Order: sequence, then C-alpha cells, then structure tokens
Amino acid sequence: MHPAPSVILFTTLSGLGFGFLAFLGAGCLHPASMTAFLLWGLGYALAVGGLLFSTLHLGNPQRAWRAFSQWRTSWLSREGWASVVTLLLLPPVALSDWLGLGWSRLPGMIGAAMCFVTIFTTSMIYAQLKTIPRWNHWITPVLFLAFSGTGGAILAGKVWLAVGGCVVLAAVLVAGWRIGDGRFETVGATMESATGLGSIGKVRVFERGHTAGNYLLREMIFVVGRKHAARLRVIALALAAVVPALILLVAGPHPVAIALAALCHLIGAMAQRWLFFAEAEHVVGLYYGQR
Amino acid sequence: MSQPILNLSPAVSDEVRKTTCYMCACRCGINVHLKSGKVSYIEGNRAHPVNKGVLCAKGASGIMQVTAPSRLRAPLRRVGPRGSGAFEEISWDEALALAVSWMKPLRETAPEKLAFFTGRDQSQSLTGWWAQNFGTPNYAAHGGFCSVNMAAGGIYTIGGAFWEFGQPDWDRTKLFVMFGVAEDHDSNPIKIGLGKLKARGARVIGVNPIRTGYNAIADDWLPITPGTDGLLILSLIHCLFEAGKIDLEYLAQWTNAPLLVNDTEGPEKGLILKNAESQPFVIDRRTGNPAPWDGKGVQPDLGAVWDGHRTVFQHMAERYLSPDYAPEAVADRCGIPAARIRALAAELADVAFNQSIEIAQAWTDFRGNRHETMPGRPVSFHAMRGISAHSNGFQTARALHLLQIVLGTVEVPGGYRFKPPYPKPVEAHPTPNFVAVPGKPLSGPHLGYVRGPEQLALKPDGSPARIDKAFSWENPFSAHGLMHMLIPNAHAGDPYRIDTLFLYMANMAWNSSMNTAKVMEMLTDKGPDGDYIIPRIIYSDAYASEMVAYADLILPDTTYLERHDCISLLDRPISEPDAAGDSIRWPVVEPDRDVRCFQTVLLDLGARLGLPGMTNEDGSAKFRDYADYIANHQRRPGVGPLIGFRGNGEAEGRGAPNPDQMQRYIESGGFYQAHVPEEALFYKPWNQAYQDWAVATSFYETPQPYLFSIWSEPMRRFQLAAEGQGAIQPPDHMRARLKQAMDPLPAWYPPFGDEGAEGYPIHALTQRPMDMYHSWGTQNAWLRQIRGMNFLYLPTKVWEAHGFSDGDYARVTSPNGEITVPVAHMAALNENTIWTWNAIGKRKAAWALDEGASEATEGFLLNHLISELLPEKDDGMRWSNSDPVTGQAAWFDLRVRVERVGPRDHSEPAFGPVPRVVPKGEDRA
Amino acid sequence: MTMLPGPTPKKLGLAIDLDTCVGCNACVTACKGWNDQGYGAPLSDQNPYGSDPSGTFLNRVHSYEVQPPDGPAQVVNFPRSCLHCEAAPCVTVCPTGASYKRAEDGIVLVNEDACIGCGLCAWACPYGARELDQAAGVMKKCTLCVDRIYNDNLPEVDRVPACVRTCPTGARHFGDFADPNSNVSRLSAERGGMELMPELGTMPVNRYLPPREKGVEQTSPLAPLLDIRATGLAGWLDLVLSRF
Ligand SMILES: Nc1nc2c(c(=O)[nH]1)N[C@H]1C(S)=C(S)[C@@H](COP(=O)(O)OP(=O)(O)OC[C@H]3O[C@@H](n4cnc5c(=O)[nH]c(N)nc54)[C@H](O)[C@@H]3O)O[C@H]1N2
Ligand SMILES: Nc1nc2c(c(=O)[nH]1)N[C@H]1C(S)=C(S)[C@@H](COP(=O)(O)OP(=O)(O)OC[C@H]3O[C@@H](n4cnc5c(=O)[nH]c(N)nc54)[C@H](O)[C@@H]3O)O[C@H]1N2
Ligand code: SF4
Ligand code: SF4
Ligand code: SF4
Ligand code: SF4
Ligand code: SF4
Ligand SMILES: [Mo]
Repeated sequence: MHPAPSVILFTTLSGLGFGFLAFLGAGCLHPASMTAFLLWGLGYALAVGGLLFSTLHLGNPQRAWRAFSQWRTSWLSREGWASVVTLLLLPPVALSDWLGLGWSRLPGMIGAAMCFVTIFTTSMIYAQLKTIPRWNHWITPVLFLAFSGTGGAILAGKVWLAVGGCVVLAAVLVAGWRIGDGRFETVGATMESATGLGSIGKVRVFERGHTAGNYLLREMIFVVGRKHAARLRVIALALAAVVPALILLVAGPHPVAIALAALCHLIGAMAQRWLFFAEAEHVVGLYYGQR
Repeated sequence: MSQPILNLSPAVSDEVRKTTCYMCACRCGINVHLKSGKVSYIEGNRAHPVNKGVLCAKGASGIMQVTAPSRLRAPLRRVGPRGSGAFEEISWDEALALAVSWMKPLRETAPEKLAFFTGRDQSQSLTGWWAQNFGTPNYAAHGGFCSVNMAAGGIYTIGGAFWEFGQPDWDRTKLFVMFGVAEDHDSNPIKIGLGKLKARGARVIGVNPIRTGYNAIADDWLPITPGTDGLLILSLIHCLFEAGKIDLEYLAQWTNAPLLVNDTEGPEKGLILKNAESQPFVIDRRTGNPAPWDGKGVQPDLGAVWDGHRTVFQHMAERYLSPDYAPEAVADRCGIPAARIRALAAELADVAFNQSIEIAQAWTDFRGNRHETMPGRPVSFHAMRGISAHSNGFQTARALHLLQIVLGTVEVPGGYRFKPPYPKPVEAHPTPNFVAVPGKPLSGPHLGYVRGPEQLALKPDGSPARIDKAFSWENPFSAHGLMHMLIPNAHAGDPYRIDTLFLYMANMAWNSSMNTAKVMEMLTDKGPDGDYIIPRIIYSDAYASEMVAYADLILPDTTYLERHDCISLLDRPISEPDAAGDSIRWPVVEPDRDVRCFQTVLLDLGARLGLPGMTNEDGSAKFRDYADYIANHQRRPGVGPLIGFRGNGEAEGRGAPNPDQMQRYIESGGFYQAHVPEEALFYKPWNQAYQDWAVATSFYETPQPYLFSIWSEPMRRFQLAAEGQGAIQPPDHMRARLKQAMDPLPAWYPPFGDEGAEGYPIHALTQRPMDMYHSWGTQNAWLRQIRGMNFLYLPTKVWEAHGFSDGDYARVTSPNGEITVPVAHMAALNENTIWTWNAIGKRKAAWALDEGASEATEGFLLNHLISELLPEKDDGMRWSNSDPVTGQAAWFDLRVRVERVGPRDHSEPAFGPVPRVVPKGEDRA
Repeated sequence: MTMLPGPTPKKLGLAIDLDTCVGCNACVTACKGWNDQGYGAPLSDQNPYGSDPSGTFLNRVHSYEVQPPDGPAQVVNFPRSCLHCEAAPCVTVCPTGASYKRAEDGIVLVNEDACIGCGLCAWACPYGARELDQAAGVMKKCTLCVDRIYNDNLPEVDRVPACVRTCPTGARHFGDFADPNSNVSRLSAERGGMELMPELGTMPVNRYLPPREKGVEQTSPLAPLLDIRATGLAGWLDLVLSRF
C-alpha cells in the first residue's frame, strides 16, 4: 500500500493525541490553569490535527460530513463518530482542569474510554480488510492500541506506565511483524486463485495490460523502498519503544526528557506506520504479478 | 438513505452520423455520435458488413484521434535545412502553386523524375490514376513492403488471396489453421470469425513462432522456426499424397493438374502443352484422347501421358512424394517434431474427407455440367505476413494455396471463399505500364501481373524503368512495387536520379523503412554540389509524424471524420463472400484547422497541371472536390468508383453517374452491398451463375472461368529465360537465383536471411499489437496508456542462458547494426526466436508527445537491424532484402545475436528530438 | 446504503470466456469511450501526452502465461472489471453510503455526488475494480453500463454493456445469473464458470469461463498407400487413380 504522508500523519498523530487525551481525561495527570490549557491543547491539537490530515487523503474533502452516515457497516464512519463523540465528551473536564472548576470527572473517564474506542475503530479500518492480509488480523488493533497507550503514557510522563507500555509495544511490534510476514500465505490468495488458471498450471504475468501508471499501481501496489524494511523495522522498534523507555528511565519525568521521549516515540511511530503501509501487500497486486 | 434515483435512459447524443473508420485499414462501419456538434462517442455500425457492430480498441478510441494535438494545422514550407524543423505556414494557394512549379517542368521534360508513392492509401484507384495521367512510371502504394507475397502468391495460383480477396467460411468450417497472423487487416472480421468457431467449439490451430492473441486461443500451437512454413506445408502435402488423401475430383475439374507439361527440349519446355488452336487440353479418361480443357462432360485423366508429356499431376506427385519432404526430413529445420506434422496431416485429412458437408443447392459449371449439390470440405486456412515477409514468401504462399487445393477446399462450403470482385485470374489483370513520355500520360496503369519476361518494366538497355526496380529481373512479379527501395534507390541514383519525391501517408523516416537511421541520413544527404541528393520532398500527412520533419512542403490532410473517401471496387473494397460491397467516408465534422482532404488536393493539383481526366477542355478543373469525383468519375463507361445507386439511383454496378449517389450512401449507413445470388455463392471461378453476375455487376466485361494454376506458366517462362531460352535474357548473375525462385511448382528454399547468419543464431520478429496501428496509434491518449512502450521478448532458453532478469536491457546485433533495448521473458515462444511489438518506439517530440515519453526513451524499433540490402555476394552485388519473385520486403528474415547488458534507462540508438511542427500536447480535448 | 441489500431478484453480470478472448483491448476503450461521456464524471486522463500518462479505466485486460506441467506454456488474456459481488466488501466499508449494491439487479455502483474519494472501497476490493478519478476526486468503477442496459433511447439489441457490444470475438456475455436459464447461467454451467479468489468470500457474480484443454487432436494417423520406395511413382499413381 502506498504510504501516503496524510495517512501516516493521521494515524500517528491522532493515535498519540487520543492516547494522551485518555490520560488527561482519566485524570492521571493533575494539570491546572495554563499547564492544563497547554496539555489539553496539545492533546486536542494532536488528535484533531491528525484527523484533519486524514481529510487530505480525500478526493472531495468538502463532503467529509457524509462519512458519518454509515456507522452501521463502515468502520470509517464509526471512527468518525467515535472521534467526534470523544472530542465532545472531554471539553467539560478540560475546562474544569483549566479553570479549576472542579466538575465531575465522569465525562473524562468515559471520554478516556472513548479515546481507546476511537483508536480501535481507526485500527479496524485497516484490520477489516481481507484484501490486505497483513492488516486483516487482531494484532492490528492491538498494535494501534499499544501505540496509543504507550504514546499517551509517555506524554503523560508516567514513567513506569510508559516503560511498561514500551515493553508491551516492542513485543506487539515484533509479534506484528512476525504474524504479518506470514499472513499473505495464510490467507492463500495466489495468482492462480486470482485468475482461476491454477488448474492449468503455474501463472505468471506476460503483459500487465497497460504500460502507463494507474491508481491501483500507485495506491495498492507500492513496492518501492520495501528493501529498506529490515533496517526500518529496527529503527521503528528503537525509536518507538526502546529509546523512549531508556530516556525516561535515565532522566525521569523531566519535561525535556518527556518531550524528547515523545518525539522519539512519534518518529518511531511514523517509521512503523510507513512500514505498516509499505509492507502491506494488497491481493490486487497478484493481477500485476506483484505483491 | 435509500438508493439514489438514476436516470436509466439518458439521451445518448443529439445525432448519429454513419461513416467508415480509419483507425486502421480494416474499414469498419461506425456510428459517430455528436453532442452539440462535437464527436461524443463512437460505436460500431451493426448493419455494416465488415464489423457487424463491433469495434476494435483503436476504432473505439477514434475520438482521441480526431482531437489529438498532433493534428497538422496548415500547409508548411521548409525554410531552414531539411530536417531542422524550420517551417513557415503558408496558404493553400501558395502551397499548391509551389508544388505545381516543381512538378510542371518535370511533366514536360521527364515525368519519371516525379516519384509518387502512397502508403496506407485507401484511394489507390485515384492516386494511381493521377500518377498515370501525370505520366510517371514511378507510382506504387505500400503493398511491396507489406504483403505482396500473399497477394501475388494467391493471384498467380488461385486468382485471389486472403483478406480483401477472400476469407474462411466462418459459419461452416470445422478446422481452421492460421499461419503467421497476429492481427491482419481483417482485424474485426477475423475476430468475429474466431468467435464463431469458438462458440461452435470448432478447432483452431496456430502455426506461429509466438503464442499471443489468436495463437493464444488456438486449440493447438506449432511453434515453427521462422521462414520454414513452406517446408512444413509441403511436408503436409507429402503426407496427404503418400496416403492418397487428396481430392482427385477437385484437382481434375478445377485445376491445371490434368493439363500436360511440355516435355520437349527447347523454348516450350515446361510450359503447358497447347493444341493447334493454342489451347491447353486434357486427356479424356473416357476416350484416352485429347479433349478441350473446358469441354462439357470431359473427364480429365490426371495420370495421362501423351506423347511423352506428363500431366501436372504427375509432376506434383513426383515432387511431393519425394523423401525430401517427409516429416522426418523437415522436422528439425521446422522445429516441429515429425509426429506432430503427421498428426496435423491426419487431422486435415480427417476433417476434409471424413467430415465433408454439402449444401443442397444446384448449380451449373462453365463447362455446362449441372451439379445437384455443393459439396464442401470444412477445412480452412488463413495466413499473412508470417509467411509473406520472408524472402521465400511467394513460394510459401503458393504452397499454402496448393495445400488448400489438394484438400479440395477452395470456394467450397466450409473452406476458403472469394470475395467479389475476386476470383480474378492473372489473365484478368493488367500488365505493368511504364514508358514515360514527356507531357503524356502513361499508356495504362502502373501495376499489374507479369506473364513473362516481355512484360518486365525494362528500358531498352535492359535497365529497370522504375525507380524501385519493380518488374525487373530482380523481382519480376512485384505487383505492388517496392516502396522500401524507393528512398535507397533515389539516394543512390540507381537506376537513375529523380527530382521530386511525393509521398502520401507513409512514415518513411521511421517505421516503414528498413535501416531507419540510414534512411534519415539519405533524406538529408547533400551531393558535392551542396544540393540535396533527393532534391524535393512533398509529403501529405494528417499528423506530426517523424516523416513530416523531412519534407520541403507539407500538405496537411484532414482526419478520417472530416473528409470524403471512397472504398471502391476499383481498388480494395469491403466485399464479403456473399456480397460485393463498397463504402464511403464523409465529413461528419468540419475541420477546425486549415487542412484539406488530400484527394481533393490531388485533383486540384491535377487540374493546375492540366492533367487529362482532371481538366475540362477550357482548362478549368473537372471536379470540384473528391466527393464530386467519386460521384462523377467514370473509369469505363457506366463504371465509376461506387457501384451503388448509379443511374437513376436504382442501378447496381453499371450505370450513369448519379449526382445523388453520395447522399444515398450517407442515408444507407455509408455502404452498399450487391448480393451474390444463391446459386452463385460457391465454386465462383467455375460457376456460370457467378460469372454472369460478375459481368452484370461490372467486375469483368466477359465471363472469366479459369483453372487454378498449380503449375505456373508465368514462372516457368522466367525459368526458361534463366535457362537461356527466349529473346529477353536476364543478366548472368541473376540466372541461378531465377531458376530457383521461379520454380513453376510450389517449392521451398531457405530464406536469404540465413545466408551470412553465422554468428546470428536467433530469429527476430515483430508483431502488430491489436490496439495500435503502426506509428499512428501512439498519438492517441487512450491507446498509448495501454501500450506506451515495448519490450523485447526472449524465450526461456535465451533468458536463462544469458542470465537475464526483469529490468535488464539487451544488446541485439544483426549483420546490419545494433540496438540496446529492454527485455522481458516469454515461455510460449519458439526457443530460437525473439520478438517485439511493431512500431511502438517513436522519435522524441514526434506526435506532439513530450520528449520524455516512454515511447521515445525506452520504446524501440527493430528496423535499425534490418538492411534494405542483402550482404554482398561473391560477384560484388547487393540485392535488395526482398523476395526474389515479388520484391516483398523480407522483414522477418532478420537474424541476430543477443547479449545481456543489465539495467539501463533508455534504449539505443537514441536520436535527438524531431523538430516540432505542432505544439506539444497538454491536456485532453 | 452500505448495507448490502441481501439476495437480489436479478444478479446481472458478465460471463467472460477466457477460451475466446484474444486480448484485443476493444472492451477497454469501448468502456472508456462510453463512460467518459455517460454515467457520472468523465474518466479523466492525467498527462495524456506526457512522459508519465495515467488515466481512469473501468476495465483492463491482462495477459498471463500459464505453464502446464507438461506441454508448452500457454498465454491467457484476462479482462478484469467489477464482478458485482454479492458480498461486496467495497460497499460495506464505504463511510458515506456512496457505494451501494442495487436491490433490484445487484449492480454495484458509486453515487458520485456522495463520494468523498477516501479510497477505502478500492482498498476493500480484491479485484482492483475501482479506480479513483484524479480530476473528479470520486471513485469510478464499472457500472455494468446501467445507463445502457435499461436505456429506452437505445434499440433493444443495444441494451447491453458497451464492452459486450464491442467485443469482436464475442468473449463477453451479459445476463442474469439469478435465472438458471439465462445465457450466462447456461454458459457458466456448461463450461465450468469460475469465481475469482473465492477464498476471500466476496461471492462474485461475474464468472470466467476457463480456457478449453489444448493440444494435439488424437486422430488415427494417415497410413501410406503403399511403400513408394519399393513400387515407385507408377505404382502409387496406379493405386491412387484406380480409386478415383
Ligand atoms: N520492423 C518492422 N517494420 C515494419 C513492419 C514490420 O512488420 N516490422 N511492417 C511493415 C508494413 S507491412 C507496413 S504496411 C508499414 C507501415 O508503415 P507506414 O506505412 O509508415 O504506416 P504508419 O505508421 O501507419 O504511417 C502512416 C502515416 O500516415 C499518416 N496518416 C494517418 N492518417 C492519415 C490521414 O488521414 N491522412 C494522411 N495524409 N496521413 C495520415 C500517419 O500520421 C503516418 O505518418 O510498416 C512496415 N514496417
Ligand atoms: N492493430 C493493427 N492491425 C493491423 C496493423 C497494425 O499496425 N495494427 N497493420 C496492418 C498491416 S499494414 C498489415 S501488413 C497487417 C499484417 O498482419 P499480420 O500478418 O498479422 O502481421 P504481423 O503482426 O506482422 O504478424 C506476423 C505474424 O507472423 C508471425 N511470424 C513471423 N515469421 C513467421 C514465420 O516464418 N512463420 C509463421 N508461421 N509465422 C511467422 C509473427 O509471429 C506474427 O504473429 O496487419 C494490419 N492490421
Ligand atoms: S479494425 Fe478497428 S481501427 Fe480498423 S477500421 Fe475496424 S474499428 Fe477501425
Ligand atoms: S474485447 Fe473481447 S476479445 Fe477483446 S480483450 Fe475484451 S473480452 Fe477480450
Ligand atoms: S469486484 Fe470489487 S468493486 Fe466490484 S463488487 Fe466486488 S469488491 Fe466491489
Ligand atoms: S471512495 Fe467514495 S465510494 Fe469509495 S469508500 Fe470512499 S466515499 Fe465510499
Ligand atoms: S459493463 Fe460497462 S462499465 Fe462495465 S466494463 Fe463493461 S463497458 Fe465498462
Ligand atoms: Mo502492411
């Protein structure tokens, strides 16, 4: 799949944002006045910014509102609802934190849960796709949730939670790659099944039908740069999980350390997300003899 | 939300205009839909005899052709050096005056100094007639580099060939064998036909080194070694003879098999024995005595020997029963195991003789014998350039027709059927006219069918009279001329120099030339005097092709939807076996540029030059434009370009010109059909009813029944000359070659490309893609997305031997040159053959494309590897790379070697951009 | 609308005969031509005369080489367009309801007025049947020529998809797979019509008719009349002509 910057930014930023908002909403931090404003602001900026980036991927963003209509079947629609509900649930607690109003934290607790629901719905947009075997697995939501939780914990400066998150995340990442690498074979789609010609023999592409590019080749049959995958996996693992954990362990919840760890984690997340797309092979590639 | 309400019945368009496609030469009927006066959609015309509603990929993209940014916009005159692209726009008056100022003095002094060659010309009866009236012997269309072997091989043998001449009986045939066809001109009809066979579950066999397209759907595939089909076919004939599976009745009745071959030493030896009335005769089995060949009730004896003279049949048996043609003897050379050859022969015999069919239709033959039914042998064949484009193609085409004949499957139900005006024997065709007399028209048409050395187009000194050396000893039966030799000969001044090269619709600076790079040099080459060796070049194209850059004067043509045209029975009509047919084009949209229909321009030029036929007594132009000519020109009294709606509008074939004729064609969907009567549908060459109908419909002046020429007398006459007989003698160095090539019985010899092929073990071929037409498909925004570059396909053996992998380039070397091109692997391929799609590679900046277009960077031509001349002989002569009988360009004789060069990003040779004559294309119209 | 309608009374679709398709691409450009001016936004082309052209097509024809265990490799031409799946995943993923499957005949369509161009449906389709139009920013796909097949402005015979009407070999058949007696159902039954990638559970409506078996026909070999080397030409002639 084409690792479009808009989608990478969308999933990583909103993932981090909702993770952080969850911590804020749940009341794990106790910010007040300007600090509260800034931290809540950061959470909202990440979550909303991420969501806005997602619209850059649209052919007709002005109609984005229509995406709310199909919550009964569409995970994308559900994600729209979940994110809006979440973002609407949290302002009372945010306001309360900022202005010291002392309102009930109940909406915050619900909002925090909704943050993870939102992340889950986001992940399901990918995990539901049978056409992309690597994503079409329970590990995908686990991965997204692990990222979100870990990111949130890091930003929240909860050293031990964050370190624990990093350990889990690392494990999930490694598991995700291991599972993902075998998924295409497990699902079993082949050029033979894609063409129905397997009963005659082994199939290969003679001519792919058009020498010019098209949407499918650009969007779904992205093979450029996969050769850097192994190196990038190490980088992603290191930056997303190992280094932030080390920083926090060494420096403690110092704001600079938090910022550094969070930045590291975010870059790692982006690297992982780039791989998430770039390594994802769509079955349509079979028609082009590519995966 | 509920389902949106759709308008399921949107109006398709404001208006439909029916005309004829010209995205290729197949001439399908199209419905052009217009919205607000603009073309909005093009579909096939269901009523049209050629395509019956279907369209090919090109036809359905016509809208991208008539809006292409590559369309020329106005007449252009060269102002800088030739090929530099410095042109200025001029008016039509200036353009025509300039052309006349060049041509007029030539006509008055040396008309042969004008060479008028037309490429993909569908108006040859006009262009040829124009050249004839100009008086130059130097006229031909593209047939010489295209498929004259197929055409002439057929005419000289059965009086017709494939495509326009005839086609398989698609509705009845049970076994169809294709030799060397990728697409052919009969694009849609062949596909429709194959579809019919597939729907019926009939069997299709492909003989082709490459298994794509038609061969991909063939039920069986024989990956033959290029250039060996003749051998394979003669081996099939061997098997059939050996087993006695030949149609003796058919041979005795309809062919010259029972005629006697003169065995007396001397000038008549090997000619058909004639009686005192100069008529051939047969031995009647009933009496054992000579009897007229066309006598009623005569039962010709195939085995007769008379006075020491044996029948053609005996000569055939002797030749083809020879162990030289046994499958075991030819298998290695053909690349087909002997058992498979035997199996194919058995299959042919089984269908022809055990599964014969019959139509309950009585008919009478030319001898007056009545037949109660029309028996048929449902085996049919089709072949094209895979056979044609080799230097042994003429003989191979003859061999294929012989195979059809011995199976008794020509003009019978289930077999091969002629399309009117064919059948037409050699005798019904003109002979070449070539004597140029200043200020005078030629005595008759340029192109024809030579019957003997006395008809060659030679000057009194024995040198060729034509610039392309057509109808010379080098290629006596060059019925279509030799367009591929035009520029090389003009450049070499051999046989003489010309002044003005007038070209129409032929991309000679690119894909239709052999040795393209060299040809481009020839076009710009200057002599010691600083003048161009080819002094003047006038060219008519509709688009910014590679050739345009090399013209001195460009006459921009209309596109096919903007002009009148006529697809005439005088030329290459759209007949079907059941009906003669012709058709028109008419301007369904008006041109939005300063362009003119070339045929109208030609008539205008003719009038300005005062050419007979185009000028009134008072010197004024006889025809307003091409449309006027189409309706009013008469070739013979009552016979004009179109057969429909003549006279008062009811006359068919013959009749006075009808001023409403064009309108009637338009109203009738752009075509006309004259239906063959039921009784005349088969056995046409011998069927009285057909012969009478053909005369009535103007194809002949008198009935022309004839026998198929298994033994070819015209060929034997040339062999005799080569043996030293007769007054007109070939040069000595040509004798051996003529003796071999002009064998009166179908024969096989190795293609000339095999000589000097040591070190070049691989055969290299091209194929037409079904979705592109030569060079001109590339300008089409849709088609170029389908095929915007080409690969060289390598068979597994070569791929593995050299360690190729995807993304690699290969260096391909022939005795003539070298190219470096991208490769791809193909397993379904003869193991010693490589190939690519034809004419996909383009010059940079041609066709209004970006200079970085893949066609121009990675795309490539094989033509650089092909020489127009064969390597030097022992005697220092270099013959043209052509069939020695017809002069057909031997594109597919090419031999090469291949080396891996690894990944590259562009093909070699890489030429600089051609100058732009129209701006680069940006967005789609 | 992204709820699937459940079993539809008609299941319109195509039966594509791989034994007959010569790969001519006629259906590709006929489809482009019709749909460029018909249903919805035109099928745009980017950089059409440039070095890197790219455009929207609803139908593409691939060409595969298949290597049987014995016998020479075969080439199979393979047209690919929307299969109008019964369990169309492209429909259920659509967040806007723009993608839908028609309840009356099962045709899967995109309501371009509602499409946001998110591309998710194309991701969900295993067959690459959807291409996002770059100019219009909306998803394009084969409409089964819904604006032809019911079009009262067209003569009855022409109420078939543009690709079917143009296919020169007649390799494309249009009909109702819900009717066991329809042309397409019968063809599919006779010729073993195949579903593509059944393992993905999309339940395609379109069927592909597999190539027929290829190879040498078993006929009894031709027996020589006699041993020509022994008897010579004369013996052969006698024998042949005596049977005449
Ligand atoms: N290697 C290799 N080379 C080959 C062949 C091969 O098999 N292999 N095949 C050979 C054969 S058989 C042929 S026939 C030739 C074909 O080669 P060409 O005869 O050169 O054919 P085209 O490329 O179609 O070019 C014809 C020219 O006609 C112009 N044209 C198109 N429409 C119109 C119009 O309406 N009016 C005018 N005035 N001009 C128009 C086009 O722009 C183009 O410049 O190629 C030959 N070359
Ligand atoms: N779409 C499209 N249609 C066209 C054209 C086009 O450019 N595009 N061009 C038109 C023109 S000008 C022409 S002349 C016709 C030509 O129509 P075709 O005769 O179909 O011409 P080619 O594509 O050159 O195909 C030659 C075929 O012969 C095979 N072949 C080569 N050598 C041998 C051999 O020795 N033996 C056998 N058995 N096979 C061999 C090749 O593999 C190839 O399949 O097509 C016409 N129709
Ligand atoms: S075969 Fe195609 S391009 Fe040629 S005339 Fe017919 S529709 Fe036009
Ligand atoms: S038009 Fe017919 S034969 Fe041609 S590619 Fe399409 S399905 Fe195949
Ligand atoms: S083929 Fe693809 S686009 Fe068509 S219905 Fe099936 S999943 Fe949807
Ligand atoms: S691209 Fe359009 S049709 Fe496809 S899922 Fe998105 S909104 Fe629905
Ligand atoms: S049915 Fe219509 S839209 Fe679908 S592929 Fe055929 S022509 Fe295109
Ligand atoms: Mo040709």
